[in-house]
Amino acid sequence: MGLISRGFTSKRDTTETKLPPGQYLTKDFPVLSAGPTPRVSLDTWAFSIANEAGESKQWDWKSFRALPSEEFTVDIHCVTRWSKFDTAWEGVSLDTLLQDVKTSAGFALAHSYGDYTTNVPLADLRDGKAWIVFKYAGKELAPEHGGPARLLIPHLYLWKSAKWVRGISLMTSDKPGFWESLGYNNYGDPWREQRYWGDV
Amino acid sequence: MAGTAVLGRRLSWLVGTVTEVHDETPAARTIVFDVPDWPGHVAGQHVDVRLTAPDGYSAVRSYSIANAPTANRVEITVVRIDDGEVSPYLTQTVAQGDQLELRGPIGGWFVWRPAQTEPVQLIAGGSGIVPLMAMIRTRALAQSNAPFRLLYSVRNPESVLYAAELRECSRDVSITFAYTRTVPDGWPTPPGRIDAAAVAAHTWPANAAPQCYVCGPTPFVESAADLLRAAGQEPGSIKTERFGPTGG
Repeated sequence: MGLISRGFTSKRDTTETKLPPGQYLTKDFPVLSAGPTPRVSLDTWAFSIANEAGESKQWDWKSFRALPSEEFTVDIHCVTRWSKFDTAWEGVSLDTLLQDVKTSAGFALAHSYGDYTTNVPLADLRDGKAWIVFKYAGKELAPEHGGPARLLIPHLYLWKSAKWVRGISLMTSDKPGFWESLGYNNYGDPWREQRYWGDV
Repeated sequence: MAGTAVLGRRLSWLVGTVTEVHDETPAARTIVFDVPDWPGHVAGQHVDVRLTAPDGYSAVRSYSIANAPTANRVEITVVRIDDGEVSPYLTQTVAQGDQLELRGPIGGWFVWRPAQTEPVQLIAGGSGIVPLMAMIRTRALAQSNAPFRLLYSVRNPESVLYAAELRECSRDVSITFAYTRTVPDGWPTPPGRIDAAAVAAHTWPANAAPQCYVCGPTPFVESAADLLRAAGQEPGSIKTERFGPTGG
């Protein structure tokens, strides 16, 4: 247990079991990003997946939206300590997008409009754990929340869910992304509180 | 890569002793800590502060570091959110001699280093001034000649943080206040939000190629960053830090 802070008492309901350690619940949807919000036109939007051999599959908005999509509700957790329960999204599962991609890569690096990157093990994108989402709460995803489309990997801290995503590169070795190079954890599991470098 | 040497360095919780508290405004208090093992920081970085109740419950919040890097010293400025869990404690209960746990510094993107020589445009909304003040203080400490401009949006004159110090350093840094609700007596313009005209009049033109830092509440940052882009600044030259409704 940490050093007791003289005169500090909890105001929080600590019986909430859906909340990972060190997180608090918010009803708002805060925004965090490192630069201005990119405004991406649907006419020029494209999303691609490149395997380790450099072969890539690409979708424009029309072909992307023609893919089967899923509606789902998940909890999300930001490294800045807010969590939001029961967020409703619509998107295309990465299982669908990866279906015809030949790869034996172990790692993935997501790229965004605005040059953001983030890395995850490829296994964390498979088996119904990750989506490219385009609707939030029944509406087209707003630019400040990553619209027109963002990656969503709800079992990891939210910086892994790259906003304004435009592509994923599959790699045989891991490569730290933007925040991962700037002090944030390489994996980012909220249940193990992997916020910063060296948190295990 | 520069970060490789320290990649994996674990941030440990350190004990900080409160050496000083002072009120900046009726709702904001600065707390100064002496942290014997503090590894040093860069202007713009933040620190996690952990409070622990007698029953073992703990709450952690991130705060921007307000001071220039000097040995073992960490200053934060906290604005009270009345129904918050942590900010009322930090702004009303904490006193000189108390010990709290800190972990940091955190963040390596929204930072200004004295080696930077290009013009700098700071735009603050409310308590978003805190990390930008650390940059202004670091510039002075390092005796940097980097030309700085600050555009600081506040509700009213009473909400200005670091008012006396900003008056002092206005010899070296060009400072413009924008009042959104109430202006001082005799102020030439009515209250209002920062708009394209204010950006054109009071910030570096795009051809000066400034590095821009924008910090404040999310809608403020969205608007200010969009105005900078519309004024021709390169998106890659605009670094932002958004203070969400953090629950206090």
